[in-house]
Amino acid sequence: MARVRAKDRMKNEVNAGSMADIAFLLLIFFLVTTTILEDSGILVKLPEWSDEPPEDIRLNTRNIYSVLVNTNNDLLVRKQPMALKDLRDDTKLFITNPKKDPTLSDSPKQAIVSLKNDRGTSYKAYLEVYNELRAAYNEIWDEQAQIRYGKNYDDCTKAEQEGIRNDFPLVISEAESTSFGDEG
Amino acid sequence: MSKFNKGKQKEDPEVSTASLPDIIFMLLFFFMVVTVMRESELKIKVTTPQATELTKLQEKSLVNYIHIGRPTKNYQAKFGTSPKIQLGDKISDIEEIPLFLENHKASVPEKLQFKITTSLKVDSDVTMGIVTDVKEKLRKSGQLKVNYSAKKRTGDL
Repeated sequence: MARVRAKDRMKNEVNAGSMADIAFLLLIFFLVTTTILEDSGILVKLPEWSDEPPEDIRLNTRNIYSVLVNTNNDLLVRKQPMALKDLRDDTKLFITNPKKDPTLSDSPKQAIVSLKNDRGTSYKAYLEVYNELRAAYNEIWDEQAQIRYGKNYDDCTKAEQEGIRNDFPLVISEAESTSFGDEG
Repeated sequence: MSKFNKGKQKEDPEVSTASLPDIIFMLLFFFMVVTVMRESELKIKVTTPQATELTKLQEKSLVNYIHIGRPTKNYQAKFGTSPKIQLGDKISDIEEIPLFLENHKASVPEKLQFKITTSLKVDSDVTMGIVTDVKEKLRKSGQLKVNYSAKKRTGDL
């Protein structure tokens, strides 16, 4: 027996059995603190700031798709009230103008979507409208990609995407907001 | 040694737990890598609206966050109930945005600075007035890439 004990003392090994416990502890800590938050949103490129007032460019009214959102979050599209759910299809119709309607845009290249809101408009309403306008363009791009290349817009190469975007440029111009209903 | 013992040894084949630490470590490393420590406590309530046309933001180091919302209950006595801006961990004035952007920019390698995106985390209930002011400030500071943070919409409009 004594001899065995001496042997035991010789192999001085660190007990690795508790390693799992330690790892577990750390694991639980990280599990709790983890927020796998992926931040997503609508990516926008703001226009550059210039101190000079913008030039007064007269455009043909048929090429302007004016969208107004007032303090009550109501929508006025080309001087007509509209429900939010109709906005996307109407925007697409305006941009593409498949039937060459003289009241809609000359061509997608000349079409301008103008968005104007009040300072009292709720952010939610604003973003929903913006989202619909964006969605209209995205749907047009997708349809074009299907027609031209038979695949989704996202699967197209950079050059193909650029070609589509050139023919259907995304122009959402934001006018300075009015201030009827702002809160302090 | 005896007959009995030999019989017993055959009976309990144990599952080896030697690889357990390795498995746990693997999980541990996974969570360590994906973990983002919450840097700042929000003093304002921010519930982002829902949208469909979303882009995912990659590379957290190239993103700075501007929160806009109404102060939470605990801070209402101090800051009131009208929408406020939070930069980092404190409620700030709109005039502090350029400095905030500059500070973030300094932490990014020069080559990648053109990729910096500002993520606007804005509460649904906020009115556009303050958002417009922030946008104007961003434009004046030359920070043009902006992301309106939003959640994926699941239902219909």
